[in-house]
Parts: sequence; C-alpha cells; structure tokens
Amino acid sequence: MGFRLEVVTPEKQLFSGDVDAVLAPGAEGQLGILPRHAPLMSILTEGELVARRGEEELSFAIYGGFIQVLPDRVIVLADVGERADEVDAEQAERARREAEALLQKEPSPALRAEALMALRKAQLRLRVAQRHRPRRPAGEAS
Amino acid sequence: METLREIRRRIRSVQHLAQMTRAMEAVSASKVQKAQAAVLATRPYAYRAWEVIVNLSSGRGIPLHPLLTLREPVRSVLIVVFTSDRGLCGAYNHNVVRTATDYAHRLEVPVRYVAVGKRGRNILWRLRAPLIAQFSGLPAVPRLTDITPIARLAMDEFLAGRSDEVLLVYTDFIHLLRQRPVVKRLLPLHPTRLDEQVVSEYVVDLQPARVADYIYEPSPEALLDVVLPRFTELQVYQAALEAAASEHAARRAAMRNATDNAEELLRDLTILRNKARQHAITRELLDIAGGAEALGQRREAAG
Repeated sequence: MGFRLEVVTPEKQLFSGDVDAVLAPGAEGQLGILPRHAPLMSILTEGELVARRGEEELSFAIYGGFIQVLPDRVIVLADVGERADEVDAEQAERARREAEALLQKEPSPALRAEALMALRKAQLRLRVAQRHRPRRPAGEAS
Repeated sequence: METLREIRRRIRSVQHLAQMTRAMEAVSASKVQKAQAAVLATRPYAYRAWEVIVNLSSGRGIPLHPLLTLREPVRSVLIVVFTSDRGLCGAYNHNVVRTATDYAHRLEVPVRYVAVGKRGRNILWRLRAPLIAQFSGLPAVPRLTDITPIARLAMDEFLAGRSDEVLLVYTDFIHLLRQRPVVKRLLPLHPTRLDEQVVSEYVVDLQPARVADYIYEPSPEALLDVVLPRFTELQVYQAALEAAASEHAARRAAMRNATDNAEELLRDLTILRNKARQHAITRELLDIAGGAEALGQRREAAG
C-alpha cells in the first residue's frame, strides 16, 4: 500500500504520484517515511530526496524546504529543486571543478564561503544525476 | 509636390518600420504566454504553502509570528510598484504609478516607495516621491531568484518596524486585451484575510486538512520562520509575473496600433506615389508630343 507524494517548488510542480516510501533530508536527520507514518511537519535541509515506487527509485536534488506528512499523502515544498533527469551532469561537473579551483587559490573568507556552497551544490547535483543513470535491471534494490 | 523618388524612399522606410513593429508584436505575444505559464505554475506551491501556514498558525498556544501580526495603528506604509524597464508599451507604467500615488494620497500616514523597473523609478523621481530603493534589469520573464532581493527588503523594512504595512502595486493580467492595476497587501500576512493578498487569485476554496496532532520538527515557530519568508517571496514573485505578462500585453497592443498606423500610412503613400508617377508620365508625354510638334513645324518651314 503506497501513498501520494507531491514535490513542488515555487516555480513548478516537480512530481505528483503514488509511491511506496520516501527518504528526505530532514533538518534534524534523515527522515524515512513509509505508509501510515504519524502526521509530521519538518524543515528540510539541502540534500537528496528519494522516493521508491516498486523497483524504481526517483531522485530529486532539494536545496532546503519543508515536508508535511499527512495520513494519506506527503507534500514536499522545496525552495529550489531539480528532478534527477533534469540535472545537467556536465554543467554540475564544470561547476564542481570551478569551485575546487577557486578553493585551491586560498580566496578571501567571503569568496571561500561562496565557493564551498557552490561545491556542495555541485556535489549534490552530481550525486543525484549519478543515481539517475540507467540501473542494472533485475532486483538490485528491494 | 514631392518627387517620385522621395515618396518611394518614404514608402520603403515605413515598410521597414511596419516589419519591426509586427515582429515586436509577435515577440511580445509569446512573452505574455511564457509569463502566464510561469504564474500558473506557482499555483500548487502557493496552495500547499498556504495550507501549511493556516495549519501552523491556527494551532493553540503558538505565539503569533511577527510576519503575521497586524499593527494598530499603522504609522507608515511601504509601497512596492512594479513597472517596466523599457517603454513602447503605451500608458502601462503611468497607469500603475498613478494607482500607487492615488492610493498613497488617500492614506493619512507617510508612504515610502520601492520602484521595480526603470520607468517607475523615473516617474516617481520626477514626482519627488520618497524612494528608498529601486530594482531594475529583471528578465522578460523573471525567475524566483531575481525577485528574492525585493522580498528581502520588504521583510527587513517591516520587521525593523520602519513600515507597519507593505503593499504591492502591480498590473494584474486579465487577458490579452485587458490589464488592471491593483493594490494588494504583502505584509503582514493574515491567515483569515486571504482575499487582500496577491495569492488569493491562485488559492481558492482552501480547506486545510485537519490533523490534530502533528509532530513538529524542530518546532512550530521554527517551521513558520521557514515557511513565511518563502511565502512572502512567492507573493512578490507572483506579482512580478503578473506585471511581466501585463507589460508584454501592453507592448503587444502598442505595437499592434503602430503596425495598423504604418499600414494606413502606406496606403496613403501608395496613392501619392501613383499620382506622382502618373504625373511624371504625363509630363514626359507632353514633352515628347511638344518636341514632335516642334520638329514637325520646323520640317514644314524647311520644306
């Protein structure tokens, strides 16, 4: 028995459909949500949101937001978010290299913080994109 | 009368002009659609976020969040006016600025302005209105990140107590031929007075799911701290998109008029050109006839 998951950002709806389980980056640790979870509202940090539907895994990069768990559905309000298949892996890789190069050069504190943030974001996007690659078939995840 | 060559040159230049205005008309029409699609796409988020706010703020024993607190009396007001960076859009900018200043005159407290768009800034500047900030260079269809600084400024002014109310004045897009300047409240947010907010257009018939016992992580206050600023940004974003759709629609209409005028001018010029050409032909024929006549007379005289 699954439940309904909605993932929305202010700019668009990323996903709406039935899933079996959700793993979300809660502000106070990872949140695993299975059917019949208690009603919950929590802040999300940046991280990967994974939804499982049968053998299939859907992955989203989320940069902060909010999750609401209701008896029959789960709503994720992401400040900014991307679906795994939308992530431009090449661009993320470029961004990662740029951020790393900047950090090598011992920049000013402000610049350093910015580079670190860019780096974290790029790593997250790459991780999500990686997951989206065609998976080996036959029962890898269960 | 102008010479044939001059008239031909004018026809060509009017033709080029009409081509440009026709192209701008088409471009504006497509931008209207993009802005409209973007504003419609905010609907699911607006609905869900509002649901969360109503849920959180209706819980008993939770102190009212500063962004939700109405202040009595209101001693100063901040008005954010959405205008365009570029002209060629008819009375679009003047209408929205006039709506803002008319509204401000009726308030009996000091009003300060934030101008979004160069045109609005210039008009308010000339009116010597107290302008505390201006934002320009927004793309044709703004993204959320483009307007975040505007929302931040509004929240800072409100929370610092420099303004007791923040209003948004922008042009509401009704359809391609109709846009209307409106005044909506941005801050404070009030869960029971939704109809005064920008978001009211996108959230109707809201019945929040009544769930008795939520687990709040980390706490209801912390949750509101996250949701309310986002929601405020969202409303500014919706206003900016409405304004963008209206701007492009106004420009489309202005360009349509310009194209029509150019075509009318072309019709007149074409008639003028034909007359001039006919005139030139007649004159040449007269010359030839006159010449032939003269030649004939000379031959007669010789013979």
